[in-house]
Amino acid sequence: MGEEELLKGAVITSRLDESIKFFDKVLNWARKYSLFQYPFATACCAMEYMTTMGPRYDLGRFGAEVPRFSPRQSDLLWVVGTVSHKLAPVLLRVYEQMCEPKWVISYGVCASSGGFYNNYATVQGIDSVIPVDVYIPGCPPRPEQVLDALMLLQKKIDSGEAKWRLSGKKRDE
Amino acid sequence: MNREVIEKIRGSFSSEIISFYEDRDMPEFIVKRDALLRFVKFLKEESDIKMEQLTDITAVDWYKKKEERFEVVYHFYSYSLNHRLRVKVNLREDDVKIPSITDIFKGANWFERECYDMYGIIFLNHPDLRRILLYPEFVGHPLRKDYPIDRRQPLVKLRRTEERRERP
Repeated sequence: MGEEELLKGAVITSRLDESIKFFDKVLNWARKYSLFQYPFATACCAMEYMTTMGPRYDLGRFGAEVPRFSPRQSDLLWVVGTVSHKLAPVLLRVYEQMCEPKWVISYGVCASSGGFYNNYATVQGIDSVIPVDVYIPGCPPRPEQVLDALMLLQKKIDSGEAKWRLSGKKRDE
Repeated sequence: MNREVIEKIRGSFSSEIISFYEDRDMPEFIVKRDALLRFVKFLKEESDIKMEQLTDITAVDWYKKKEERFEVVYHFYSYSLNHRLRVKVNLREDDVKIPSITDIFKGANWFERECYDMYGIIFLNHPDLRRILLYPEFVGHPLRKDYPIDRRQPLVKLRRTEERRERP
């Protein structure tokens, strides 16, 4: 959603509900263009992630420019690569340390489903450990797929799916 | 490795070597377990063998294929003489113990731990024999052929399938 479009429908009212809705809209618009990311990179997909971050594909165009290497400073968790059962507690802990609102992208088949590792060591999809917003298939995915996933996530943030995080269940009740 | 050296090894350990085989990449000796330490020391210290490097220790599980189920495999390499050699020791399932060679090659430490981790082979007199790749809570040894290929032992409580699409 562009700026004009956003402001066109915006009527500031004295009614609490509508003003909160407007606030949500602005907030979500701001959020989707300022994703601070935490790359949880464990395998070869990380190379492809670097490519996407590099100048040719430039993830920075979408406002997701800054990788933060502390989960406490980031709101988008990229799980890039295979996660083993030994690593799963670490992943869970990283996720729990992130502040709300937070999103997760599962990068590549290994993170999404275990990939071809159907064995004693590998988690069969990180969604059995933490909730995931967008899955990217591919081994490894092309940078175009990654950009597409980021845009999907932006759409998701914009559509207000994160609203529950802002106000919790209390407002709905 | 030239003929004379091989003949020398075979001569010195004639009663301890169970079999010898000239494999396509390197000569291979199957030795008795009790003679392993002496044999390895001999390979390292003899001036015309000089195995300075222990390349690898691993194992093979011949589950239901051989009577002696496990085969521990050692690879050696000599920098100065540029030759390689393989040593194997056969172990029965009810007695998977083998002397550790960490006193001779320090680098054997982690190899033996890995071998223990994956195959459950007990290396006697090893300074610190515990799992190296897997976590201590893991039960069993995953590269044994009777370990089910998809038996996983998660450390965290896994979300059920229907929960996966939802937020916590």
